Amino acid sequence: MSLTRDDLIDFIYDEARMLDEGRYDEWLALWQKDGHYWMPLDYKQTDPIQVTSLMYEDIFMLKLRVERLNGARTFSQKPKSRCHHVLSRPYVDEMDNEAGRYVTTTFMHYVETRLDDQFLLALTARHELALVDGKIMIANKRVDILNCDAAFGNIQLLP
Amino acid sequence: MGCYTDNPDAIAALVRGREVHRDVYIDPEIYRLEMKHLFANSWVFVGHDSQTPNKGDYFTTQIGDQPVIQVRHSDGEIHVLYNRCPHKGTKIAIDRTGNTGKFFRCPYHAWSFKTDGCLLAIPLKKGYENTGFEQAEGSKGMRAVGAVKNYRGFIFARLAEEGISFEDYFGGSLSSLDNMVDRSPAGRLEVAGPPLRYMHKCNWKMLVENQTDTCHPMVAHESSAGTAVKLWEELDMPEGTPLPPAMEIIAPFMSAYEFFEKMGIRTWPNGHGHTGVHHSIHSNYSAIPGYFEAMSEAYGEERAKAILGENRHNTVYFPNIMIKGPIQQLRVFIPLAADKTLVESYIYRLVDAPDELTARTAMYNRMINAPTSIVGHDDLEMYERAQEGLACDGLEWVNVQRLYEEDEDFDTETVENGTTERQMRNQFHAWVKFMTADMGPKETRSKEAAE
Ligand code: FES
Ligand SMILES: [Fe+2]
Repeated sequence: MSLTRDDLIDFIYDEARMLDEGRYDEWLALWQKDGHYWMPLDYKQTDPIQVTSLMYEDIFMLKLRVERLNGARTFSQKPKSRCHHVLSRPYVDEMDNEAGRYVTTTFMHYVETRLDDQFLLALTARHELALVDGKIMIANKRVDILNCDAAFGNIQLLP
Repeated sequence: MGCYTDNPDAIAALVRGREVHRDVYIDPEIYRLEMKHLFANSWVFVGHDSQTPNKGDYFTTQIGDQPVIQVRHSDGEIHVLYNRCPHKGTKIAIDRTGNTGKFFRCPYHAWSFKTDGCLLAIPLKKGYENTGFEQAEGSKGMRAVGAVKNYRGFIFARLAEEGISFEDYFGGSLSSLDNMVDRSPAGRLEVAGPPLRYMHKCNWKMLVENQTDTCHPMVAHESSAGTAVKLWEELDMPEGTPLPPAMEIIAPFMSAYEFFEKMGIRTWPNGHGHTGVHHSIHSNYSAIPGYFEAMSEAYGEERAKAILGENRHNTVYFPNIMIKGPIQQLRVFIPLAADKTLVESYIYRLVDAPDELTARTAMYNRMINAPTSIVGHDDLEMYERAQEGLACDGLEWVNVQRLYEEDEDFDTETVENGTTERQMRNQFHAWVKFMTADMGPKETRSKEAAE
């Protein structure tokens, strides 16, 4: 089976919509078991391990993160945050149907709100995708925040 | 002018042993006085010398609300200068870090200064001839802070020209910094990457107090650490499966009250203190292959054991940093307003130790102290709720009396039950001392501060 560019682009849009609608079980099911969600702290950071990142999370940590959002004693989510992604059309940077590996880059605006506060982040998301048993899965995802070196308040959902 | 300026008695009355008045957290006048007195009279952390390794390297930050530059001068020494051109006030350096070569050059009219601040040159200098320029404040160049100390790579400064010495100020508390540095086989740390920067809409002292608040983790962090423990149990791993590094870090936050009671709290004079006298949440991290061997080679086995046997949890260096020796983390709580604090969380690499240690520290930093960290979310929610709650009239005092004792003497070192709020009381005792040390007419200065 081989994918078209539209298949990949639709996947990126669908993933963002899952996050905005809080469909986290579906979202977690998109991930390969050894995948990492990386959000660098530094502009053009190359190393996720030996210096600090904002996030570098495996599936266990991602599961913990989304499970916590619904906890009875998760006070920072009473009331809950909401988020909203606006995507520009993803670039398909690499497409290898033979190996079933794909890379996309997507520019997004991300809005998160809770109570009277709302903030906007400009993002570049790089997805490494894999075709597994006819299904597109996330092998790794890197999200760079344009002003990653600025001081932020809480970022509680998933940009 | 409100009621606290030049009024040391009114300042002292805000702290009455078991409780402190809410104005210490919410009053803008108190905030301004803290900047003018407390942050000028005490020794405040500036940066690490590995942030400016070469001559001309500089790093910009602030001491209280004062913009400063840490710079390595041509003789290799670190200087701390106010970040202000003596001509018309322009900030000299805007980047967070950089190299200025042999001198600073103001971008406005090109006055230039040596890296120790001395005036080097002014274009078209003849315009100042016969104007009495030598008497002008500006003729002396960029101003240096009152005193600077490089303690094993950590740069501290006192803004005030006169005051307590570095050694008298920190005394025995330096043992925590020593232990952090001794954990490197080379006896040296290097900063590892830029710090996390996390904005808090609360007073800076709430953060400092929270560092030794051992009755909150199992409550406020139930959402993060408790959920982690639950998820791990649900995975139903075979008995004896080692915890993954992330679980090693987060699970101890759910330890029972007894664990925290027994860990102990030590307090030192001038507001310093630490949790984890006997053990801490860092005690049970798994050993990294090759590390103990490298330490034994450097120090001998016995001394290596003693260094690694310390597991101090959080050490507060009053007024506004805390360090975690066992993982080489330093957090600085920079006060921006009565209700606004910037928290910067640095990590350091142990020179000549295995990289896995830095990897664990970086993991701790992002898991616990990032604006994206679920544990950070738990804490910030509490601080911000407290800041808002303190607006309530009719209840004007904040309670800090857990395990309070009559006639507590903060001028001696003590070790107590790990859930005492004595360290918070110790901080407020020091707060009054350094707030009032140079306040008001001489006769009315608090007796103790004058000693
Ligand atoms: S303001 Fe700096 S040279 Fe004029
Ligand atoms: Fe906490």
